[in-house]
Amino acid sequence: MMASNYNASKEEDGHQPGAMGHGGAGTVKNKKPDNTAFKQQRLPAWQPILTAGTVLPAFFVIGLIFIPIGIGLFVTSNNIKELEIDYTGVDMSSPCYNCSQSYSWNSTKPCTCSVPFSLDQPFESNVFMYYGLSNFYQNHRRYVKSRDDSQLNGDKTSLKSPSKECEPYRTSDNKPIAPCGAIANSLFNDTLELYYIDPNGSRTAIPLVKKGIAWWTDKHVKFRNPGGNNDNLTVVFQGTSKPVNWRKPVYELDPLDPDNNGFINEDFIVWMRTAALPTFRKLYRIIHKKPNNMTPTLPRGEYILEVTYNYPVRSFEGRKRIILSTISWMGGKNPFLGIAYITVGSVCFFLGIILLIIHHKYGNRNNSAEIHS
Amino acid sequence: MERIHWVRHRWQQLVATESGRGRYSAPAALPTKSSPVLHNTQQLTGKRRTVIARHGPYQHEYHSISKGCQGNGIRTTKYSLLSFIPMNLFQQFHRVANLYFLFLVMLNWIPVVEAFQKEITMIPLVVVLIVIAIKDALEDYRRYRFDQKVNNNIATVYSGKQQMYVDQCWQDVHVGDFVRLSCNEIIPADMLLLYSSDPHGVCYIETANLDGETNLKQRQVVRDLPQQGSELTPENFHSYIECENPNNDLSRFRGYMEYPSKARVGLHNNNLLLRSCTIRNTETVIGIVVYAGHETKAMKNNSGPRYKRSKLERRLNVDVLWSVVLLVIMCLTAAIGHGLWLRNQKEASFLIPDTTSPALSGFYLFWTMIIVLQVLIPISLYVSIEIVKLGQIFFIQNDIDFYNEYLDSRIQCRALNITEDLGQIQYVFSDKTGTLTENKMVFRRCTIAGVEYPHEENARRLEVYEQEEDEAKGRSHTLKSRASAKSLSCKSLSCNRSSVSLHTLTGHSEGEGEESPSPILPRHSAFSSPMEKDVVPDPLLVQKLNCLSSPLFLLRDASMELTYIVDFFMALAICNTVVVSSPNQPRHVVQVPEVSCTPLKSLEDIKMLFQRFGLPRFSTLSPPHTTKSPRSFTRRLFARGKAASFTPSPSPTPTKRGQPHEEEGEHGSWKGEEDKMLHLNPGAWSGLENSNGAQGPPGEPRADELIYEAESPDEAALVHMARAYRCTLQGRSLERLLVELPGMGSMAVRLLHILPFDSTRKRMSVGADSVIMDLAESPKGAEQSDGRQGHIREQTQKHLDNYAREGLRTLCIAKKVLEEEEYEVWLKRQAFAETSIENREELLLESAQRLETNLTLLGATGIVDRLQEEVPETIEALQRAGVKVWVLTGDKQETAINIACACKLLRSTDQLLTANCGSKEACKALLLELRAEVESGEAAEGTSGFTLVVDGRTLDFALQEDLKGDFLELSRRCRAVICCRSTPLQKSQVVRLVRDQLRVMTLAIGDGANDVSMIQVADVGIGISGQEGMQAVMSSDFAISRFKHLRKLLLVHGHWCYTRLANMILYFFYKNVMYVNLLFWYQFFCGFSGSVMTNSWVLIFFNLLFTSAPPLLYGILDKDVSADTLIKLPELYKSGQYSKAYLPSTFWLTMLDALYQSLVCFFVPYLAYAGSDVDMLSFGSPINASALLIILLHQVIESHTLTWLHALVLVGSALFYFSFTLVFSVVCVTCSPPTNPLGVDKLQMSQPLFYGVCALTTVLALLPRFLFHALRNSISPSDTLKAALMDQFNPDDYCRKMQRWNQTQAQSKARGLVINVEDSDIKIPDFILPKELKECSAATGSVLS
Repeated sequence: MMASNYNASKEEDGHQPGAMGHGGAGTVKNKKPDNTAFKQQRLPAWQPILTAGTVLPAFFVIGLIFIPIGIGLFVTSNNIKELEIDYTGVDMSSPCYNCSQSYSWNSTKPCTCSVPFSLDQPFESNVFMYYGLSNFYQNHRRYVKSRDDSQLNGDKTSLKSPSKECEPYRTSDNKPIAPCGAIANSLFNDTLELYYIDPNGSRTAIPLVKKGIAWWTDKHVKFRNPGGNNDNLTVVFQGTSKPVNWRKPVYELDPLDPDNNGFINEDFIVWMRTAALPTFRKLYRIIHKKPNNMTPTLPRGEYILEVTYNYPVRSFEGRKRIILSTISWMGGKNPFLGIAYITVGSVCFFLGIILLIIHHKYGNRNNSAEIHS
Repeated sequence: MERIHWVRHRWQQLVATESGRGRYSAPAALPTKSSPVLHNTQQLTGKRRTVIARHGPYQHEYHSISKGCQGNGIRTTKYSLLSFIPMNLFQQFHRVANLYFLFLVMLNWIPVVEAFQKEITMIPLVVVLIVIAIKDALEDYRRYRFDQKVNNNIATVYSGKQQMYVDQCWQDVHVGDFVRLSCNEIIPADMLLLYSSDPHGVCYIETANLDGETNLKQRQVVRDLPQQGSELTPENFHSYIECENPNNDLSRFRGYMEYPSKARVGLHNNNLLLRSCTIRNTETVIGIVVYAGHETKAMKNNSGPRYKRSKLERRLNVDVLWSVVLLVIMCLTAAIGHGLWLRNQKEASFLIPDTTSPALSGFYLFWTMIIVLQVLIPISLYVSIEIVKLGQIFFIQNDIDFYNEYLDSRIQCRALNITEDLGQIQYVFSDKTGTLTENKMVFRRCTIAGVEYPHEENARRLEVYEQEEDEAKGRSHTLKSRASAKSLSCKSLSCNRSSVSLHTLTGHSEGEGEESPSPILPRHSAFSSPMEKDVVPDPLLVQKLNCLSSPLFLLRDASMELTYIVDFFMALAICNTVVVSSPNQPRHVVQVPEVSCTPLKSLEDIKMLFQRFGLPRFSTLSPPHTTKSPRSFTRRLFARGKAASFTPSPSPTPTKRGQPHEEEGEHGSWKGEEDKMLHLNPGAWSGLENSNGAQGPPGEPRADELIYEAESPDEAALVHMARAYRCTLQGRSLERLLVELPGMGSMAVRLLHILPFDSTRKRMSVGADSVIMDLAESPKGAEQSDGRQGHIREQTQKHLDNYAREGLRTLCIAKKVLEEEEYEVWLKRQAFAETSIENREELLLESAQRLETNLTLLGATGIVDRLQEEVPETIEALQRAGVKVWVLTGDKQETAINIACACKLLRSTDQLLTANCGSKEACKALLLELRAEVESGEAAEGTSGFTLVVDGRTLDFALQEDLKGDFLELSRRCRAVICCRSTPLQKSQVVRLVRDQLRVMTLAIGDGANDVSMIQVADVGIGISGQEGMQAVMSSDFAISRFKHLRKLLLVHGHWCYTRLANMILYFFYKNVMYVNLLFWYQFFCGFSGSVMTNSWVLIFFNLLFTSAPPLLYGILDKDVSADTLIKLPELYKSGQYSKAYLPSTFWLTMLDALYQSLVCFFVPYLAYAGSDVDMLSFGSPINASALLIILLHQVIESHTLTWLHALVLVGSALFYFSFTLVFSVVCVTCSPPTNPLGVDKLQMSQPLFYGVCALTTVLALLPRFLFHALRNSISPSDTLKAALMDQFNPDDYCRKMQRWNQTQAQSKARGLVINVEDSDIKIPDFILPKELKECSAATGSVLS
């Protein structure tokens, strides 16, 4: 009789979502977190604690690996034969002095000079002939930008209206420049020829291969002449103007070989791959190994480098070189890497020994380290 | 679900920090400006709202009045479909980070400074914007769905057209609508209760949706409504309602209703039904909507998440500024370098003809460099930190150790961006009751009429429970250790004893609002544990009660004592607000039936019978008293009383508080209940063996099945205790209580008035039947009782002192017999006080005090509030961790000290310093004296520390401007500080003082509304979701359910979060500086022209994609020491306190290392490729690759743990980079000029030189750090590292080492003592409990926490 006559209500009703329930979790379900290794942060883990004892094997291992590599690299680098000839013509005594003095972009007459040099050692395998420039900032931001990749890729619209990045080498005489931009405009245009002087005095021209010096991807993918396989580049490039510093239009870069003409001229492609540092070399020609394998590619003896001196560098105190070099699997001659490997390896080895001492001195203490807290 | 919440919170933080609190803080705009002149209150219209019935007689006015009121539809979404993109973008650009990105993008559009292609610089911005926009859209959609659901809930609303109640969506409810609700329906808007099917015009609501409290609250129909019941239709509703404008105060509602007769009736909070509460136990209610939609109190209270800036982030910002400085320096260097270089250059074929002067070019270049080196400012760091913190919080929330089985609750992380602050806490400020203790009140012992009933059995029972618990935990310090703590001696320095205030009530709830102290727990856990329900009666008391029933019982003196005893139990049963319900129908309040079928005895009857001494048993009883009662204390009178009970209590100010009690102290300082003469004839005591249920009327639930729900646990404990003596509260209605007395069956007691508990009076009073005055009126009797009273008071005081020393909460029970006239007079003034609008609180207080004087002391009770489990261990661990623990409590000094002893805050070797002062000068002198003592004590040996005990009054002085320095200096040297009798305001002042003056990280933990201010002030606020409502939780940053969780939260998660985040931030700085410097070094070789040797996509993605995941994982998952070890060695926590993981020196060391690594990473490839035919991108390729390897391996070195997840992410990142560049170099034919990557990486990666360079660079770059770690860890390992080493031992070794560690820590402490004066661990042998304390505990009080 004391029982009241009101409706009984269930406990769960107390948790119906109200307007306030936005943030509150008004759920009846069990909120117990899952007892999983991940959620309880008990994932099995490797705990690398670096102490002298644990790291010293690493040091020895690094030392043991690096030193042989370094020696290998050093030897390889030393086996590379390299010859560098500066032909800028800064000195009065230099054969190219006259050319360097008189020459500017505007000269019309080519100036030539011959630079004699001698090889003490024969160059056995393929010899790579580079030209090198110094103090030439091919990596200058505005210079690097000043090109139109679409145009170089054979895009016809870009051929007619090059990218604005090419300014101020975008148009000349109201005609679009092909190839536009500062990089193309400053194309290295010295011609270099190499002659071997027989002991008898006769000059033998050394065959310089001008194909195969550019990257395969550049030559076949990145650089395309407009109009596809149209051999008549003159027609294709009609309506365009040559870069202001150039003597001849782009379709006359190598008139004899249609596969090396226009945008896909390899000298041009190599130039267009801008160098990383202000002193750089670029591959110019390759002197292939003799097929008979009996005589060296470049035997010991006297040589003459015939230069058609077109490229002015004196205005910015640049230097021009040619480099003859063989290469190894590690590239060109550079003793740095070998030395560095040896040094680092030795340092690691040395540190390993020090750590060993430290480990002996502190290692035992370390096990009971908590006493010395 | 949880996850979505964070995302939302997170988002709100991200976006809405500057624009206030987002949606929830709806505009406070006030609509009534345009309301017409209906009343003479026009000048107040700006602050008030007028409501009239929508379909009522004044429909023409309705529209003009309610024009400004919002509808009931809610919209918590931020955006609409159309406004999403512009609004979202606008919001996002409020963030500095995004502005920075935008600035860079803009900068890149200026041709002269352009560094990359325009679209590339936009990538980071676009990525960030899109990610956040998607997140936001999803979140908003979820909110929209939720709103739709809520808005389309159905409510029964009166329709003007159909002249009846029809179903409508919530969103179509308007202000002024009449809404009819049935039982268990949710209230759609804030409504005034106009009608309830309950005959007394009450209805019960459950506010669980609002504040999580599951107990029922009573609401009352507006008084004196002209129309009642069925008459109540809007058409007849001619009244106006004037009320406050919408506000967020849940416990306050003021206004009045003006009837057509121009009579005004005050409206109070208990007339208001709040939105989203649930109607319970009431069949039908009708209300008029006064606030709707966003104007409801529920919505106004729905504030967004908290935003705090952590200490680490403040530190971080400094370093970000350093990065900016570094950036500017680097850009300036480049700019100047470029200018100079340009000036030296003559005309060259690689120079594009340009007329700009070198200086101007340099200036342009400065900006270009800012774009190029933008990564140096770790903008991604901010986003990463946010993600990492989300991850950390995920793991904190998923920690199974924080799960509470009883409550089914996990830890709640409400503030999402201060996880790492948990690892740097130096001071913990803790509340006592409910935080250190369980806040489960268990009756322990009592004293009646000066006779102590020790309840030994009860004590044994309590100890058995404890021992069971102790067995589980292996330690024991609760009651027993409390008792033994008396052996402690204490040195006390009290300068003004007489001024020790006599506040008595255990005051943990001082300052709480009326509704706050309600248990929120589900019933099964809150009040049904046998621990609390069962009380083993004291044999002596049982004997006395039995002797009451014996025929021999005729001696007057004995009868006097018995009168006391019976009155005492009646008081226990009556003087409370306990709601009785039965377990099978938990929401059914057992009520006293209106027309009783059982023979009910009224007090009058009993008293009559009592006069006829010697009549032991009533077998036949008079008819129900209600009809024949000569008194006209009607329902109306009661209603007023109830209204008073819902009046917000005034906030306690020290002056107010002090006065009445001192005055009372002269009378005997009894906290009393005023019972209007509860006398009853001791019927035949049938012995405790008698079955109780047999006597109850048929159909009545057995007493054992009753469930008591109380606003305060003390009340429930007392009611349970009374029931153990067969004085059972069986039901409650508005006007009367049904009490079963031994041998007499049920008896109805009429309630006249309830003066609810408030913290100012610290008492509650219940007026019951005031019928018989003859017994007390004789002057002779009064004289006699005077003499007797004195004796009783003395004895009771003695017992009270003992109780307090035992750490019991004491309550005094008193009564008063009022004459009819006296009561009438008082009632009038009370009614006046209740109806007055101006300073109503003061009047009510005064009125209550008038009644609560000249009370007759009956006895006192002692209630145990047991310590929570593992509290001593937690406090000990915190102290070992170098955290200073302060206890701020409103309790008596003795109780506080005893609890402090029990929870190991005070050790037996500690020296106790007590500061009780009456004046400022004395306080100053005392502080200096104590300080001198501490200093001298520090020099001596053998003390483990000082503990300062300050009372509220002294604290007031100490907190004043000129003394706080001294106070701080003193307390800084103490190991622990206990502030007793402190007000909520003082609590927050203390926290603020310590936080600001000592510049330390503070944490406040508490469970009640009185801790809210402290929690908000502290750097980290922790709320305990316990028995005391949700206020503390709502204002906290983290909410846990037990105090012991604090240990793992701080020592483990705090430590982890801090070290993780600190390491991640350092790593981020390192990563950016290291990478950006590579680009900077290149500037020296390209004429400072701003060239980069990397493809710009790779450059941008490097930070955005290739190296972003590992640090995130590192920040979320890294573990320097295992959780077990961190718990066992709390000392490890100190590294975080001193910010060891992220010191300025660490930062600069990291910078230096980054510089070195970038030098190596740039110059090794440089030297390897110098002079060769390498082109720019081929040169950049090995640099980039080795930078990636270095950065990833650097993290491996820095990581403390590597799991398969780490491996996956690290290897994945590397693979991603290499595959990306490879694919890019194959696919990208003409894209990305000028840094066209076609063929570059493909070629490079086919060359051995590439790998040779990468290997060398990586090894050389990481060598120093590797070596540094190895050497440091070998030669002087940090504690953290030693602990980490221990983790790797096998279990046996681990235990052994752990023991040794703990021993040596203790030793080193002792050693440090001799050397270090600052270390205050000095032992002074004994301490004596201060005598003054006895005086402190003189006053005692009643009920309601």
